[in-house]
Amino acid sequence: MATLETFYEVMRRQGITRRSFLKYCSLTAAALGLGPELVPQIVHAMETKPRTPVLWLHGLECTCCSESFIRSAHPLVKDVVLSMISLDYDDTLMASAGHHAEAILDEVMEKYKGNYILAVEGNPPLNQDGMSCIIGGKPFTDQLRKVAKDAKAIISWGSCASFGCVQAARPNPTRATPVHEVITDKPIIKVPGCPPIAEVMTGVITYMLTFDRIPELDRQGRPKMFYSQRIHDKCYRRPHFDAGQFVESFDDEGARKGYCLYKVGCKGPTTYNACSTVRWNEGTSFPIQSGHGCIGCSEDGFWDKGSWYARQSDILQFGIEANADQIGTTAAIGVGSIIAAHAAVSALKRAQHKGDV
Amino acid sequence: MAPLDDAKPVATPEEEGTAAPAAGRFLKAIYVYEVPVRVWHWVNALAITVLSVTGYLIANPLPSQPGEASANFLMGYIRFVHFAAAYIFAIGFIGRLYWALVGNHHAKQLFRFPFWDRHWWGELFLEARWYLFLERKPKLYVGHNPLAQFSMFWAIAVGSVFMIVTGFALYSEGAGQGSWQDRLFGWVIPLFGQSMDVHTWHHLGMWAILLFVIVHVYAAVREDIMSRQSIISTMISGVRTFKDAEAPADEAHEQPAKKVARAG
Ligand code: HEM
Ligand code: HEM
Ligand code: SF4
Ligand code: SF4
Repeated sequence: MATLETFYEVMRRQGITRRSFLKYCSLTAAALGLGPELVPQIVHAMETKPRTPVLWLHGLECTCCSESFIRSAHPLVKDVVLSMISLDYDDTLMASAGHHAEAILDEVMEKYKGNYILAVEGNPPLNQDGMSCIIGGKPFTDQLRKVAKDAKAIISWGSCASFGCVQAARPNPTRATPVHEVITDKPIIKVPGCPPIAEVMTGVITYMLTFDRIPELDRQGRPKMFYSQRIHDKCYRRPHFDAGQFVESFDDEGARKGYCLYKVGCKGPTTYNACSTVRWNEGTSFPIQSGHGCIGCSEDGFWDKGSWYARQSDILQFGIEANADQIGTTAAIGVGSIIAAHAAVSALKRAQHKGDV
Repeated sequence: MAPLDDAKPVATPEEEGTAAPAAGRFLKAIYVYEVPVRVWHWVNALAITVLSVTGYLIANPLPSQPGEASANFLMGYIRFVHFAAAYIFAIGFIGRLYWALVGNHHAKQLFRFPFWDRHWWGELFLEARWYLFLERKPKLYVGHNPLAQFSMFWAIAVGSVFMIVTGFALYSEGAGQGSWQDRLFGWVIPLFGQSMDVHTWHHLGMWAILLFVIVHVYAAVREDIMSRQSIISTMISGVRTFKDAEAPADEAHEQPAKKVARAG
């Protein structure tokens, strides 16, 4: 009976040795920033708790979150987590397809009512009755609402599910809408990024499965353990920022010396993510390390803020592309000219009235 | 209050019941801006100047510094000066707010927007017409004229709160989660969307205040030359002197300590 199976039993069934299992538990503790004294607790939880199923839905998206996820740095973590979740439903990763796959979805929802975790990659488009994203012949919005109804908690994978991302860019013709604006009665964990870092994804899901609770979230619903600091706060180029040493244009002397990328539009000072600490592709590098500024891919609305290569955002309300300084100087010049004209007329009037007012 | 004591106290024309001498000009002096208001005005003006210059340089940094990173701290200093001036600006504003409660009624004017007062709006339009050269003479005011009050209320009373709230929200990002700045102002960031949006609005706020300053300084200098009352010296000595016998429009609620008149 699947209901009674524990995480440990599932792993053993997947051919994972006890030794690997223990290693996984200590790795998990380290990844989540927990002390070694918590390892036995994790082991105990995994051995005794019945497995929590994860249903992974795909809406309007590009699958970059899945791509990132299956590249998690530590193969052990990847195997374990994948074996735990692909057992249930993920139409991209699972073996079965079509009606058979949809039947599994119904079955899990039935059997684990109120007890499964729903992970959403992508988002539902609401215009045209949701016709811009059809899953199994029905709008994705319907599937999302149906599966969310009995879920214990929802994970919004990536910037699509969390904030809308590029498919929600102006004028957003399909009205692609982030998950939390459609499902309002469930705890939602946002894991933004385009895509999110693999280790962040596995970290979040492991935390939820082992401790059976959602991680501590910040004001915007992101797990604090990975999103409490900006790229800028831990960037290795930060000393050059403070010194006032900037790359003025790509391939200049400053670029060769590894100066700060602020002037070529780095969004690190306004982006909350773990790139500058966890990095990408098994800790190999991250955008700033390869000489390109951060584009702020884990921030709400990053797709609609103007150039990747300018620090100041475009202010779209003005119709034309303009930033705060352009608007400000234009207004100042306008007011300045009015004042000059006003002063001239005032002087004339004064001369007319011979200094009497 | 040296200026008052220096002036020879003589009865005003009305009190003597005589008409103004044809060639002469009457001078009446009223103590308007108390010391804290004046000190705040100039400290605040200096703080805003420093904040605007450093703020602009934060968004548009100076050309790169030569040498090792360890030997330079230019951006660090610019940001430090911005934050130091920001604390002076914010604490000064709180102090000014306190003085509005305990000071004289002119000290309250900056924070007042008498939206329901039709009479006030009437005088505001009259003042505006004067600036548009449609009126021959403006009214005299002991305190701020309604047009000045209107722009000060929006640009400085409301504008300062806006800059302090958005500024400390940005500051909280560096101070970190759980800092007092974060607990008090951290909610502002999601309210605007994200950190970039707060930067943009904070930056636009600077331009709004700078537009006020441009107009304000022009109006102060112009009024000083053209109007029938003292202006710039009033923000220095606190005393408003009048070159005209006409009663100021807001004199009804005025209880001058002394009125002085002198032949011009
Ligand atoms: C950043 C620059 C400045 C700012 C933000 C500023 C702001 C203000 C504010 C808020 C008041 C109202 C004071 C109150 O009721 O407490 C005021 C009054 C005044 N300011 Fe400024 N000021 C600035 C610069 C200047 C300068 C450079 C001058 C001199 C040319 C000046 C001359 C005056 C005068 C004369 C008054 C009194 C106006 C009246 O009598 O009605 N200000 N200013
Ligand atoms: C009249 C008042 C102020 C003016 C004119 C002003 C101006 C500016 C400007 C133009 C920027 C650059 C924004 C951008 O990135 O585009 C800035 C940044 C900033 N300001 Fe202000 N500011 C004022 C008050 C304050 C206050 C009261 C604080 C509170 C501590 C503050 C804190 C900051 C912070 C933290 C930044 C970001 C610095 C960074 O990104 O490194 N500001 N300010
Ligand atoms: S490169 Fe970007 S994140 Fe790094 S210090 Fe410069 S501005 Fe900050
Ligand atoms: S550095 Fe910035 S743009 Fe690049 S992945 Fe990280 S958050 Fe996204």
